[in-house]
Amino acid sequence: MSSASKNGALLSTEGLTAGYVPEVDILTDVDLRVNEGEIVTVIGPNGAGKSTLIKSIFGLVAPREGRVVLRGEDLTGLPPHSITRRGMSYVPQLDNVFQSLTVEENLEMGALESGRAKDRIRAIYEIFPRLGERHTQAAGTMSGGERQMLAMGRALMPEPSVLLLDEPSAGLAPAFVEAIFEKVNEINNAGVTIVMVEQNARRALGMSDRGYVLDLGSNRFEGPGRELLDDPKVAELYLGGTARLDIS
Amino acid sequence: MYADGARFLAPRLRSKPPPVGTGRGVPEAPNEIDTPVMEAGHLTDAAPTAMRGRLEERLRQSPALAASLILIAIFIALVIGEGLHDVLQTTVNGLSLGAIYALGAVGLTLVYGILKLTNFAHGDFLTFGAYMAYLVNVTWGAPLVVAVFWAMAATALLGLLFERTLWGPMRRRRAGFLQLILMSIGLAFLLRAVIQWFWGTEIRSLDVDNTSSVEFLGLRVGETELIVIVVGIVVIAAVGLMLRYSLLGKRMRALSDDLDLAETSGIDTKRVILYTWIFSGALAGLAGVMAAATTNIRPELGFELLLPIFAAVILGGIGDAFGALAAGMVLGVMTEWSTLLIDARWKVAVGFVVLVVVLIIRPQGIFGKAKAI
Ligand SMILES: Nc1ncnc2c1ncn2[C@@H]1O[C@H](COP(=O)(O)OP(=O)(O)OP(=O)(O)O)[C@@H](O)[C@H]1O
Ligand SMILES: [Mg+2]
Repeated sequence: MSSASKNGALLSTEGLTAGYVPEVDILTDVDLRVNEGEIVTVIGPNGAGKSTLIKSIFGLVAPREGRVVLRGEDLTGLPPHSITRRGMSYVPQLDNVFQSLTVEENLEMGALESGRAKDRIRAIYEIFPRLGERHTQAAGTMSGGERQMLAMGRALMPEPSVLLLDEPSAGLAPAFVEAIFEKVNEINNAGVTIVMVEQNARRALGMSDRGYVLDLGSNRFEGPGRELLDDPKVAELYLGGTARLDIS
Repeated sequence: MYADGARFLAPRLRSKPPPVGTGRGVPEAPNEIDTPVMEAGHLTDAAPTAMRGRLEERLRQSPALAASLILIAIFIALVIGEGLHDVLQTTVNGLSLGAIYALGAVGLTLVYGILKLTNFAHGDFLTFGAYMAYLVNVTWGAPLVVAVFWAMAATALLGLLFERTLWGPMRRRRAGFLQLILMSIGLAFLLRAVIQWFWGTEIRSLDVDNTSSVEFLGLRVGETELIVIVVGIVVIAAVGLMLRYSLLGKRMRALSDDLDLAETSGIDTKRVILYTWIFSGALAGLAGVMAAATTNIRPELGFELLLPIFAAVILGGIGDAFGALAAGMVLGVMTEWSTLLIDARWKVAVGFVVLVVVLIIRPQGIFGKAKAI
């Protein structure tokens, strides 16, 4: 599928090719476009390169070819902490809290200007009251759902315009999964553009403006979330049954 | 500097990919997530043993409490065996030794925690600090206070220098754990050789008064030693407060916890790493001067302190700065206590024994918070 025009896109990748080991490309020529205010979900089988895509958008994996553009500015080659300063935050799939730090310290680590930290922390506690109740607890002793909330809270500290979420619901107790998706919606309603990778494809696509299907490191399908859900091919290959298909 | 982006991912093993073909709803890492980490140990049901079970549980969850109880027990046993006066006297001596260990260990543990670098050259940083103080205090005849600040500044600069010329470039070339260790050992030998080349092997001492002492409650404390104890405790408290409450201190702990996550959270990790070297170097320099003031100066000074300093790092939980401070003090006091029972020449063995015992019974350290390992 070809990518649409990049006019007006808040965030886009253009022909992104990246990998870890020399000569082995995990991503090949990925075009992604995210408009202001959207929720965009990337789905795909295990090992498709979804995390790699997010990491290369965020400067954690250096693209071999292509560019990452945020608000018209080329981010390619910038270290992650500078990308945070340009209005984009990232919540990793695993290891996304500082375990030995308290909840409040974790949040503080996300603050770019210490002067504003107090106000921001209060705002985060309003979004996630649970964090406020536990502000002195060490993050390493919290449950998976609480950690996910903390990681999201930390990522929201700098008031980003784009939030990258790598499988926010993975491994959570069912009660938390729904809560997390609701929070994602709430954050989006507050004006934050969301790009998320999800295993929980139906639920995620259902709430997304648009979706991408990534397989073997390339875009296979893209379109409005509902359309992807209803697309018989996508349904058969990526949403069907209980078993995940490994396409080759 | 992050031209090769995967550098953030390199230092830690990320074994993950779950089996392909499992159901979509299956949690990926069920035991890592949704299980509070510190739930080790189990309670016994039987009523009579319930009390003991609960106490055991408590101790297991709070090894620092257990360690304190053991320490108190040893103290009482020693008082009964050797008399209160001797035990208190050795405790006081232990405080100055402990302060040296603690200040040496805190920098070493942070550098390890953040860079995964086991810096064998750290001991020679102490030696370097001691000779820098000698240069200013004896050769140039300036007051000791000036010498202390000079030694701290010079050792901090030395740390920065090696970060810029050696460790930074090596990390960017993805040097492995073992390569880094070997390089630090090489650096240790090199530093010592350079120091010997400048100052020779003869034993020197700072211009301090090692004869006059003060007496209180029947305990005799050398004036210099008393100053070392007071300075040591004040600095340890200041370092502890700085790590606990200052933004830089929190950031250092965050880096030590997870370097990649610190970078993606928006922290300029490269800058914090430089500050960590400054911090680590300055405290090593100070510890070196304190060791020089209470004993003497020779090229092996720091090398001989390295083992107990490593022991303090491990006892405190590797990478845990507060743990290192506490463990350093404990180890210093235990080392001096040991002289009540065994010949003082063997006190260097105390660090080693503690190291081995801790590694066997509780590898994550006594003061270290139990992290998921
Ligand atoms: N640090 C790394 N070094 C080398 N190869 C890696 C690294 N991380 C991931 N890979 C490889 O890159 C490929 C894509 O991995 P990636 O994590 O991006 O997949 P994913 O779509 O996020 O999968 P999942 O659904 O399991 O999270 C896999 O083959 C994986 O083995
Ligand atoms: Mg992934």
